[in-house]
Amino acid sequence: MSEIFGIPIQAFMGQLMLGLVNGSFYAMLSLGLAVIFGMLNIINFAHGALYMVGAFMAWLGLTYLDIGYWQALLLAPLCVGVFGVLIERTMLQWLYKLDHLYGLLLTFGLALVLEGLFINIFGVSGQPYSIPDELSGAFNLGFMFLPKYRAWVIVSSLGVCFATWYVIEKTQLGAYLRAATENPKLTQAFGINVPLMVMLTYGFGAALAGFAGVLAAPAIQVSPLMGSNLIIVVFAVVVIGGMGSILGSILTGIGLGVIEGLTKVFWPEASATVVFIIMAIVLMIRPAGLFGRET
Amino acid sequence: MKEKILVGLTAMALATLGTQGAFAQAAKAKTGKLSGDMVKIGVMNDMAGVYADIGGPGSVEAAKMAVADFGGKMFGKPIEVVFADHQNKPDVGASKAREWFDVQGVDMITDVPTSSVAIAIAKVANEKKRVYMNTGAATKALTNEECSPYTVHYAYDTYALANGTGKAIVQTGGKTWFFITADYAFGHALEADTAAVVKASGGEVKGAVRHPLSASDFSSFLLQAQASKAQIIGLANAGGDTINSVKAANEFGLTKNQTLAGLLMFISDVHSLGLKTAQGMMLTDAWYWDTNDETRKFGRRFFAKMKRMPSFDQAAVYSATLTYLKAVQEAGTDDADAVMKVLKKTKINDVFAKGGYVRADGRMVHDMYLMQVKKPEDSKYPWDYYQLKKVIPAEEAFQPLALSTCPMLKKK
Repeated sequence: MSEIFGIPIQAFMGQLMLGLVNGSFYAMLSLGLAVIFGMLNIINFAHGALYMVGAFMAWLGLTYLDIGYWQALLLAPLCVGVFGVLIERTMLQWLYKLDHLYGLLLTFGLALVLEGLFINIFGVSGQPYSIPDELSGAFNLGFMFLPKYRAWVIVSSLGVCFATWYVIEKTQLGAYLRAATENPKLTQAFGINVPLMVMLTYGFGAALAGFAGVLAAPAIQVSPLMGSNLIIVVFAVVVIGGMGSILGSILTGIGLGVIEGLTKVFWPEASATVVFIIMAIVLMIRPAGLFGRET
Repeated sequence: MKEKILVGLTAMALATLGTQGAFAQAAKAKTGKLSGDMVKIGVMNDMAGVYADIGGPGSVEAAKMAVADFGGKMFGKPIEVVFADHQNKPDVGASKAREWFDVQGVDMITDVPTSSVAIAIAKVANEKKRVYMNTGAATKALTNEECSPYTVHYAYDTYALANGTGKAIVQTGGKTWFFITADYAFGHALEADTAAVVKASGGEVKGAVRHPLSASDFSSFLLQAQASKAQIIGLANAGGDTINSVKAANEFGLTKNQTLAGLLMFISDVHSLGLKTAQGMMLTDAWYWDTNDETRKFGRRFFAKMKRMPSFDQAAVYSATLTYLKAVQEAGTDDADAVMKVLKKTKINDVFAKGGYVRADGRMVHDMYLMQVKKPEDSKYPWDYYQLKKVIPAEEAFQPLALSTCPMLKKK
């Protein structure tokens, strides 16, 4: 059998595929963060908690209201989005003029409160959520056994990422949004309701996190700590991609997922660190990130 | 009431008879010297992190139940239970323990999961000469290189886990092993101990992969385990990491051709995985609520308060607290040296252990149980999760004293 760096090519391809799955999660979460940072100038530390809330919404819906996976995929992000809008209206909107640090502290505090609340109610070990029947089983790709559910994660998250990118970069609405970021006062002078757009943007970013949460629920245990395990890596992804860059965060998310996946084969102990090593290198060479604009 | 009068009368009768020895015996239970005029028990553990369901607030409740069952008073003085969160950080745990001993006058610390924190606190307790009854941590170092005259390691250790699960599985034909190991002291120790048992029993270790603590995705590690073609995948990790490993193993169809062995699994892990996912796994347990009428009664009492059945750690906290209180009563003082002397010569007979005893190296020796997780259709009522495969007798379950590297033993 042919080998790459001493690893059978089949195993190599398998790990590549898994990296792609994880990369899709990174891409979706970092996309939400990038959108929020780009439009609101807020470093949203509550993103991991919102992702966790999304997963719990799916679980609660299934357990208490008999809402299945597919409905949850729509309803949970909606709930999380509305929750995001509430956060923006009641708390965040007072902070835009202040230093980044205030937004960071507020959202970090929110994340701690949310996690604490869920731990109190549900415990830390979490709750199981089964894979929907339509997606159980696996594809035999020849080189690996790919669960259908993981394939669905790749397809759906890439779809969502592409749609978001398209809306922001290629539509009228996106043009308003970008204008509002560039120069809020002038945009408002043209009769565009900037506060409304900002509010919806945060809601949308939160909904993206909620969507990722529902996608993750069948694959990993629905636990109050699931967000904090992931969020630091996602922040690194955003920094590497360039703060606020939409395309950058998508491509870096997928890329880093793959690199991390390969590290798990060659040097598993370093798999938690490799993203940060890359971050350090990128910051030394391109301080604004791979896709960021230097200002 | 009648009994009290009887005891009083007997004491008086004995006193008038002039049998001083007997009188002293009867009086011992009623008066004694207590530091700070009270007994203070400190429950320290992970209150909100990965190990909170294993011990956490449930352990505090268990300690309070023990105090209530003891009667709530020692020599007519109060018994208090305090608790703290060590956040799984050795520095946080050690400084809290110092504060407890120096400022608050805590007499005994119990629970303390997370091996690194457990070792740090053993050192503090030794320095301050206070009793330390660890139930939550796995490392066998507590009764080996890190042993101390004040440490009692109460519930289990990596040797017992490896010996129970490892040996039983090799004997039933699981000859080839691959380990998925948490990359820190505990995981390495558990892997090393189990690998040694597997090899000694005639098995073969095909390899291992080390994952970071609280990894967010395990599929990659499981794929490596799958490629190894080992019959048994040993999970040398704990809590959320074990849960996510098992989930991913099911999703990737690993469980069709290979068997998972959870080297450290608590009932809370099985509960949150659900039987559909966890069924068939083998594990070593120190205590199970559905063993006999006594354990069931305790389990239901605990359930009424915490809305979940006790883990073996929580049952051990109950037992350790009760054993400690009885020892203080017998010693007539809460002085650590006197209490330890009593502890090392009494048999422990309660809901947690029958005929348990504390060895010279601090190891509490008692029966362990090899369990298999039931199939969903075999589970008749809530929390009916385990099928008893084998009782591992106390003498076989733990590391023989002769193999202990505890420096205390060599001095003698």
